[in-house]
Amino acid sequence: MRIMVNQVTKEVPDQCTIDDVLLLIDAKPPFAVAINYEFVPKTRHAEEVLREGDEMEVIAPVTGG
Amino acid sequence: MTAPLPNSLNTADPLLLYGETFASRLLLGTSRYPSPQVLENAVKQSNPGMITVSLRRQGTSTTEAHSGFWDLLKKMAVPVLPNTAGCHSPKEVITTAKMAREVFETNWIKLELIGDDYTLQPDTLRLVDTAETLIKDGFKVLPYCTEDLILCQRLVDVGCQAVMPWAAPIGTGQGPLNPYALKLLRDRLKVPLLVDAGLGLPSHACSVMEWGFDGVLLNTAVALADDPVAMAKAFAMSVHAGRTAYLSGAMKAQQSAQASTPLVGTPFWHQS
Repeated sequence: MRIMVNQVTKEVPDQCTIDDVLLLIDAKPPFAVAINYEFVPKTRHAEEVLREGDEMEVIAPVTGG
Repeated sequence: MTAPLPNSLNTADPLLLYGETFASRLLLGTSRYPSPQVLENAVKQSNPGMITVSLRRQGTSTTEAHSGFWDLLKKMAVPVLPNTAGCHSPKEVITTAKMAREVFETNWIKLELIGDDYTLQPDTLRLVDTAETLIKDGFKVLPYCTEDLILCQRLVDVGCQAVMPWAAPIGTGQGPLNPYALKLLRDRLKVPLLVDAGLGLPSHACSVMEWGFDGVLLNTAVALADDPVAMAKAFAMSVHAGRTAYLSGAMKAQQSAQASTPLVGTPFWHQS
């Protein structure tokens, strides 16, 4: 199935979890995740299953004003 | 390089926000410095009470360029204030704040809800409800807002224990554009007030501190100076000077000259 990760289309297996996608994109901690604009805490990354068309955001710390 | 600003300059009169004390009334942004080393030195020289940080998509050029930032944050060991910069809707703000809480392990959030991309003016009509939602979720909210008295009062009404009106649009360095409204705010609101955005010179920071503001938050004025490290220290000193002046009680301005040297016994004086 296709999902969007940081606005880039990704082909991922059906029933894959957030943790599966994080492994696929080689996400480096620290990071946080939102699915379809909803924050998903890291305690749920292993169980949260993605669906076709989901929009996943993976963010990291940067400088800020 | 000059010696760092001593902590003793600040600790006698700490900034109090949401029941927490901070050794400095200067809050410093971490963006736009020429290098991480310059940022680190600027922080060392100015001893800010908090430093602001943000979040961006992993894997982009922005985050790649910041790959060492996390380690630098740990090294500097200054309390962090995550922002919601770039958010244009309450939903984006709330989700970003929750992600920031997990990444930075803090309930502090600098609430930025942008209503206009040209001026970066906050969306004042949706700011209050957004602040209330965050506060109910346990965040310690420092809202970036305009100097409008009613807006600031409403932010206090929903639980903001401090508010941060702008002096001028972000990054302009113009200094306080509406001193009347800022002074009025200080007169009417009893919560801590910090000027956030638009300061360009240490004298700007000193002025608002003289008016009774409790602190300032700035970034660009330091980061884009020819010597950011020296400018960071200059701002720290000006914030301290302004605060000390405020606590000292300034004289009232007079319309006519008042001789400071005693008149009695003036040589060569005679009644005309």
